[in-house]
Amino acid sequence: MAAASSPVPFDSLDHKRYFFEKLGLTERLLERCLSEALSAGGEFADLYFEAVSSTSLGMDEGIIKTASQGISVGCGVRVLSGERTGFAYTDDLSPERLLKAARTAALIASGPQTQRVQGFTETRSPQLYPVAGASADAEIAEKIKLIERANQAARAFDPRIVQVRASINDELRRILIAASDGTFASDTQPLARFNVFVIAKDEHNTARGSSGGGGRVTLEHFDLAGKTPEHFAQEAARTALLQLDAVAAPAGEMEVVLGPGWPGVLLHEAVGHGLEADFNRKKTSAFAGLIGQQVASSKVTVVDNGTMPGRRGSLNVDDEGNATQETVLIENGILRGYLTDKLSSRLMGMANTGSGRRESYQAIPMPRMTNTYMLAGEDDPTDILKSVKRGLYAVNFGGGQVDITNGKFVFTASEAYLIEDGKVTAPVKGATLVGNGPEALKYVSMVGNDLALDEGIGTCGKAGQSVPVGVGMPTIKLDRMTVGGTGR
Amino acid sequence: MSVKSQVSNDLELLAEEAVALALRGGATDAEAVGMEGDEFSVRVRLGQVEELTESGSRALGLRVFFEAEGGQRTASVSTSDLSRDGLESIVHAAVELAKVTGVDSFAGLPEREAFGICETDLALYFDDVDAVPPAERIEMARRCEAAAMSYDTRIQNSAGAGFDASSSRRVMVNSRGFSGGYRRSYCSFAVTPIAQDTNGSMQRDSWYSNARTPRLLESPEEVGRIAAQRALRRLGARRVPTQQCPVVFSPDVSRGLMGNLLNAADGDAIYRNASMFAGKLGEQVAGENITMVDDGTLVFERTVPATGELLRVGGFGTAPFDGDGLQTRRTVVIERGVLKELMLNTYTARKLGMQSTGKASRGLAGAPGIGGGCYYLEPGTMSAESLLAEVKNGLYVTSTMGFGTNLVTGDYSQGCSGFWIENGELAYAVEEITIAGNMKEMFRNVSAIANDLHFRGAGAVPTVRIEGMTVAGS
Repeated sequence: MAAASSPVPFDSLDHKRYFFEKLGLTERLLERCLSEALSAGGEFADLYFEAVSSTSLGMDEGIIKTASQGISVGCGVRVLSGERTGFAYTDDLSPERLLKAARTAALIASGPQTQRVQGFTETRSPQLYPVAGASADAEIAEKIKLIERANQAARAFDPRIVQVRASINDELRRILIAASDGTFASDTQPLARFNVFVIAKDEHNTARGSSGGGGRVTLEHFDLAGKTPEHFAQEAARTALLQLDAVAAPAGEMEVVLGPGWPGVLLHEAVGHGLEADFNRKKTSAFAGLIGQQVASSKVTVVDNGTMPGRRGSLNVDDEGNATQETVLIENGILRGYLTDKLSSRLMGMANTGSGRRESYQAIPMPRMTNTYMLAGEDDPTDILKSVKRGLYAVNFGGGQVDITNGKFVFTASEAYLIEDGKVTAPVKGATLVGNGPEALKYVSMVGNDLALDEGIGTCGKAGQSVPVGVGMPTIKLDRMTVGGTGR
Repeated sequence: MSVKSQVSNDLELLAEEAVALALRGGATDAEAVGMEGDEFSVRVRLGQVEELTESGSRALGLRVFFEAEGGQRTASVSTSDLSRDGLESIVHAAVELAKVTGVDSFAGLPEREAFGICETDLALYFDDVDAVPPAERIEMARRCEAAAMSYDTRIQNSAGAGFDASSSRRVMVNSRGFSGGYRRSYCSFAVTPIAQDTNGSMQRDSWYSNARTPRLLESPEEVGRIAAQRALRRLGARRVPTQQCPVVFSPDVSRGLMGNLLNAADGDAIYRNASMFAGKLGEQVAGENITMVDDGTLVFERTVPATGELLRVGGFGTAPFDGDGLQTRRTVVIERGVLKELMLNTYTARKLGMQSTGKASRGLAGAPGIGGGCYYLEPGTMSAESLLAEVKNGLYVTSTMGFGTNLVTGDYSQGCSGFWIENGELAYAVEEITIAGNMKEMFRNVSAIANDLHFRGAGAVPTVRIEGMTVAGS
């Protein structure tokens, strides 16, 4: 994959300084808390400090209506004892409250202390993203300019665009992790997302359209070709107008071609969640016990890669302090591996893939995806479309969902067209596509040479926790998939 | 900042202090919301405790307003750092942010006379939610899972059981004299057993009990048994051919589907033309059998299973005031299919030249959105069984998946699972199929509504049957 920018050397940054200088932490205090957390016999403990500052600016009906800022600071203390997890958090970082949280979490175990806190070794990893400063006034003025540009571009696109909302949300998340096994890591994670939402209306119909993008980037990102406010505005307007004249989506099983980029959400739902180690350790996943077996066509190779510079799903270190990596999930159709965190890698005797993530200091880490995508194949995308007699060409999606136990997944197309005799014809209304995870990718018969990642809009939910992710895919053809429309 | 010198330990005083700081910073109006809560959560799997969480948190949100030529500028902030420095810096940030916003002639706090708090006791808080010792809570989750696991030999695994308890307090103070607060309690337990048939294919399903006091929780054994039955009945699910047929929605699914009647009546979507009900106030938007009510004041009378005593208890969507500080109320949004009222907060009411219907929802950050209280569809008189018995060939939907609900156009397309109905009986389980239609037509094609209205959450809708939907499958 093309890198957005080159990684910055580790030594030039010092993420932990914020916690020691601004929040008054000391190594001595971290050790005391960890020791307290292990006092009832726990085998492992970690502290997760988090300070998030987020800003949101939004233009609506031509005026800046929304301006908000949020600050969240806290610490989560976790203690592991066998398969058990004790957890407590506090939004007050005074030594008394931290020690109290540690004592609460400690009680998951019951016995004398057996483990000592190891000396800290700092995780060193390349810097995959810029460290943005706290939102300065100048930056707010810059953001407003970007939003105004999107507003104008959407309204200028067509007189049928009657409502435009444009917004930019960004956050700076600072984390510090200290664990009884000696893990010590800190990071500063920027995240920005630009969004445009429009309503189009003609004398007969009304339709919506939206577009957006971003990543772990600074504002300059939105000056790059294909990332500009005008690009997102025009995309939102174009898709809304398209829907004004859309025909009913077909119903039933047919050939489906998925376009490059965001349709990779298919992989996230069809296989990604099923390969998270916690579900497989508990044997609650339809993929449990399938390592080494054929779960997709031999043309399919899927990886999860947390090390892509600037991407929304990328992380220098995961939320347990491990460096992220590229993990092969499916290689030429064969299931190769799971995504693991500290608990599952220890209990399953597997390597840690640096996939432990959590929504915030108030939540317990779990194995999660980062950027999940299918590698490019050899087919020309135009040949793929030409090969379809009657089918659906879906290029954009709303979102998806999966039941990991029976493997059934859905994803909802927001921009799709009929394919008739190898030609892309009428746009169709939104429709949900449904399939079975361990089976669906066996029907992949063509894989394009046009791998793309999504624009940077994905948020994944699992057990009530949301984390930013990326997905990607080349154009692919599935010989069989069920399309949930109302038409013929 | 390592040792926090908190402005005050009292949430009201903290909120008042934030408002005062904002006014001192030049704001013409300000409004603060404070929230604090305690949370207990335990996850049990295969009889063993898997996760135990115990914590408390508090945070504050603030909106500031500056009068300007032709309207107001406004900004909002939120923080969990309630130290003196933390509070001062976030108030300063709000004041600075407001300067960059545009003048909005509809922005601003409600008029003084609009504020109100429901005077009757809404029975939202029961102090015995904290009285059950952790060991007993863990035991309830264990018993629930054990009942599910022992129900049938085809259940040998579990995605776990859990018990959650929480109590929270919320206060709201503004510069126009409103000051209110309330406390709520909640507890629940649930289990998700996994059933497996001889060919190795697995199905999961869940069941739960929730209440404001542990006295009203159902028996863990009963909940475990229901969860087991729900998982088992999904085994052997197959696909069905693509066709048009009547679809029966179980209460868990119809609650979401019919809830779209209120989502489409959302004032924010209406003024933006982003709803299929835009411009339809006073018009027929559903069949004459459809009456949909949103009521933020619902209080139920429940019988305590152990003692038989009657207890008044507030609904899960009940509150004494809305996110703008207006008294909550009962609103008949759809009456016999006619769109009678909209779901409005102060801002959207002003945009539409109407009066708020007390449906403002307010988190910590941002301006109030729209959110109802308790809602329900007026039930019919027939039982769910007889409603099903009338179907010769059709689909009974017990769960849906996906995001295929478009409130602008009404287009509806969801993945689903459930049962095939043959001659009025559930014949076999089905999955990996979709149902689709257009909600504008679906709401007119409701051919039957059952009498099984049970509030298990903020909203409740009985079993409903809709004619002429498309099922896509093999």
